[in-house]
Amino acid sequence: MIKKLVTILALCLLLGTGIAQAGVTLESFKFNTEAEEQHFKDLIEELRCLVCQNQSLADSDAELAHDLRAEVYGMIQEGKTDAEIVEFLVARYGDFVLYNPPIKPSTYLLWFGPFVLLAIAALLLLRSIRRQQKTAANEISTEERARLDALLGSTTSSKDKDQ
Amino acid sequence: MSRYLRYLVPLAIFFILVAFLYRGLSLDPKRVPSPLVGKPMPEFSLPRLKDPAATLSDSDLKGKVSVLNIWATWCVSCRAEHEVLLQLANTGLVNIYGLNYKDERAKAQQWLQQLGDPYVANAFDADGRTGIDWGVYGAPETFIMDKLGMIRHKHIGPLTVEALNSTILPLIAELQATP
Repeated sequence: MIKKLVTILALCLLLGTGIAQAGVTLESFKFNTEAEEQHFKDLIEELRCLVCQNQSLADSDAELAHDLRAEVYGMIQEGKTDAEIVEFLVARYGDFVLYNPPIKPSTYLLWFGPFVLLAIAALLLLRSIRRQQKTAANEISTEERARLDALLGSTTSSKDKDQ
Repeated sequence: MSRYLRYLVPLAIFFILVAFLYRGLSLDPKRVPSPLVGKPMPEFSLPRLKDPAATLSDSDLKGKVSVLNIWATWCVSCRAEHEVLLQLANTGLVNIYGLNYKDERAKAQQWLQQLGDPYVANAFDADGRTGIDWGVYGAPETFIMDKLGMIRHKHIGPLTVEALNSTILPLIAELQATP
């Protein structure tokens, strides 16, 4: 049953990626080398389309994505660096266009928040482990221990008898 | 004390979460804050919509408080906000300029004839290149510039009477008052 479910899920995933790949509509940009083309593709994968917000510039078929791809292509042809191209887009559309947001005061929470939470969780865990160890050591009073010894003694002696 | 803390801390965390989530409810992810607010408006020089021989440039908008509205005839919400633009124009408080974005000239001219023309002048941005410089990602969008040509506000989406009364008119009055 579980195996069947897993295969169905895997098939769905495969189908999904197939559709996503079929959806990529790259205009026929001309590149001199394959490396250049790969460079362009990598760059537009990193940039987010503002119209369909969960798609990259590479994936989106929105009118604006077409225009921005052409813009990025033009800038690459002019020999602009990646940093210059990214700066061009950020100056107009903000950090929102970046799938990889820069580290700055407004994004500290985003970047470091999870680590802070992890540290807090680790501290709490450590504390509760320590407490448990302490209580475990003091769990039994002397009277209880005496009773326990007596009980243990009786069981071991009864065992001895059986053997 | 520590006994109360045990209950108070999770409760506090819960309320912090509630505060964040409540704030999230009223945020619209489609409204991406523009990095252009607080900066000088981008330079442009485009043919005018009605008279292609004449140009409209950023220098035409300087020296007074101005509004730049990005619109197109293919944009449905632009039709919805047109009435509000006409209202704003009728107040006579501010010059409204238009950036006719990726449109057809004949259609746009017809639109203004039929629905009324709130604009002092329109720039005709056929390929949307000027739109990119203004960070336009979906018409309609409306920018408000002060007398020095600094962008002071960006309204994303159709203008409404409420937005006019609560934000835009007070801002215009404030900008008019500063030299």
